[in-house]
Amino acid sequence: MEKRVVFNERWLPYLLVAPQMIITLVFFFWPSGQMIWLSVLVEDAFGGHSKFVWFNNFKSLFADPAYFDSVRLTIVFSALVAAIGLAVSLLLAVMADRVIRGSSVYKAILVWPYAVAPAVAGVLWGFLFNPSVGIVNWLLHGVGIEFNYVVNGNQALLLIVFAAVWTQVSYNFLFFLAGLQSIPKSLIEAAAIDGAGPGRRFWDIVFPLLAPTGFFLLVINTLYALIGTFGIVASLTQGGPGQATNILVYKVYNDGFRGQDLGGSSAQSVILMLLMILLTFIQFRFIERRVHY
Amino acid sequence: MVENRPWLIALSHLVLIVGVIVIAFPIWMTFVASTHDQATMLRSPVPLWPGSHLIENYKTVLAAGYNRPGSVPLSVTLTNSMVMALGVAIGKIVISIISAFAFVYFRFPLRRTFFWAIFITLMLPVEVRIVPTYGVIANLGMLDSYSGLIIPLIASATATFLFRQFFLSVPDELTEAARVDGASPMRFFWDILLPMSRTSIAALFVIQFIYGWNQYLWPLLITTKQGFYTVVMTVSRQASVVDTVPAWNLLMAMAMLAMLPPVLVVAVMQRQFVRGLVETEK
Repeated sequence: MEKRVVFNERWLPYLLVAPQMIITLVFFFWPSGQMIWLSVLVEDAFGGHSKFVWFNNFKSLFADPAYFDSVRLTIVFSALVAAIGLAVSLLLAVMADRVIRGSSVYKAILVWPYAVAPAVAGVLWGFLFNPSVGIVNWLLHGVGIEFNYVVNGNQALLLIVFAAVWTQVSYNFLFFLAGLQSIPKSLIEAAAIDGAGPGRRFWDIVFPLLAPTGFFLLVINTLYALIGTFGIVASLTQGGPGQATNILVYKVYNDGFRGQDLGGSSAQSVILMLLMILLTFIQFRFIERRVHY
Repeated sequence: MVENRPWLIALSHLVLIVGVIVIAFPIWMTFVASTHDQATMLRSPVPLWPGSHLIENYKTVLAAGYNRPGSVPLSVTLTNSMVMALGVAIGKIVISIISAFAFVYFRFPLRRTFFWAIFITLMLPVEVRIVPTYGVIANLGMLDSYSGLIIPLIASATATFLFRQFFLSVPDELTEAARVDGASPMRFFWDILLPMSRTSIAALFVIQFIYGWNQYLWPLLITTKQGFYTVVMTVSRQASVVDTVPAWNLLMAMAMLAMLPPVLVVAVMQRQFVRGLVETEK
């Protein structure tokens, strides 16, 4: 889409885009170029010299079982975050769409977590599940379950999933609610007149019409689980215990800053970047389709 | 409502109430913990109801942070977070609105190239390119500065897209009228476009303020001087330090203060918030 009426100026438009272009070049393209360059270099152990090694960093990455453990972990983590997050918020949105009285009160509280930084959310959940004073641990202990995320890898993973779902619920809820409210009431009424009960109406009419919103949220949640959960892992588990929560985005940081393995970390960044490009592409393809729909 | 089924309505309320309790519970427990003394918070089970040390705890964290040698007063980190969040939100809005103006209202060589260059930034969040970005900031001497905290984060494709979308919906007749009256492009921008964009700007401000306030990795990387620490990174860093006798009451008071400004913004500007959220993703 383009404007019919435009202004004729020679230099003004360049002046207007200059601030954004300069910042983009300096802080996006320069470092990204360096990242790709670093990913084909090997730095000397004592710094100073670096050597061009073609795709050796990628080769050693793919030969490293620890990297594939992290890939597997990230897939499990993202799938859990997206599945639980979407299911919970869909349930809440359907219920909120049904009630008339008090719905604004529910909505006002359900949007809070969006405002809480993932890093702070990690602190909050770490307190609830703290092995010595956590209130949830105490309750679980009462029913015979020992929960200690500091030593148990699976429980640590479960905890970062909870924290991630919690921060993302508001977003999903608002989008599902908007989707539900845009479904024509006449459709629902027609089905009701034909004798379809609430369950039948949900699965045969509401759910299919909500599928585009659901797919969009699936992509957004996957992106969030992949990148946005860094703060949660950093505050809660730092990738541990062992490697149990060392998801890809945390591993990039860990290997690059703590391990000082610049080539390996950059190679991981490049792969993560390709993944981001793929998901963003899917997201935009889909949105284009939704516009025509 | 299509039909009246009281049990269904009751069930909906029940599910929502349980949902709200689960969602609000972490925040409630944080608040409760921030109102007791240290000893109470070290005995399990911890209380579920607020205590009497609220003012004392908040005074302590504001003046002395976690109250150990070397901890930063929260009044400092809160100020830094406020500067950063406002800087990021206002900076993003300013540079995006003028570049969107250029993309929509002018034809010039390289226009498409520039547009795509900005689009690509969507795919490269800081978390993905940590090491080289740190290198660039260090080379430019921007470590430990407000400009280092703010400027690298203000290039934003989403804000540019939002304004572009809005400008495209502005009727051409307005532009024609302005041109007939001999108004310069900047005059048109100031007197017509900017006032019309008020609601978009407000919506974007809410989203970007939260984004700036909640940044974690970026301040963690580029600040080494305590004078530039932000509140979110301070809370997270303190939480991950293994402490022999943790002061949960102080840590949770810090967490409350770290959440308060963005939660307030969302609560007060809820309508703009929802609008901004839905529109920036279009």
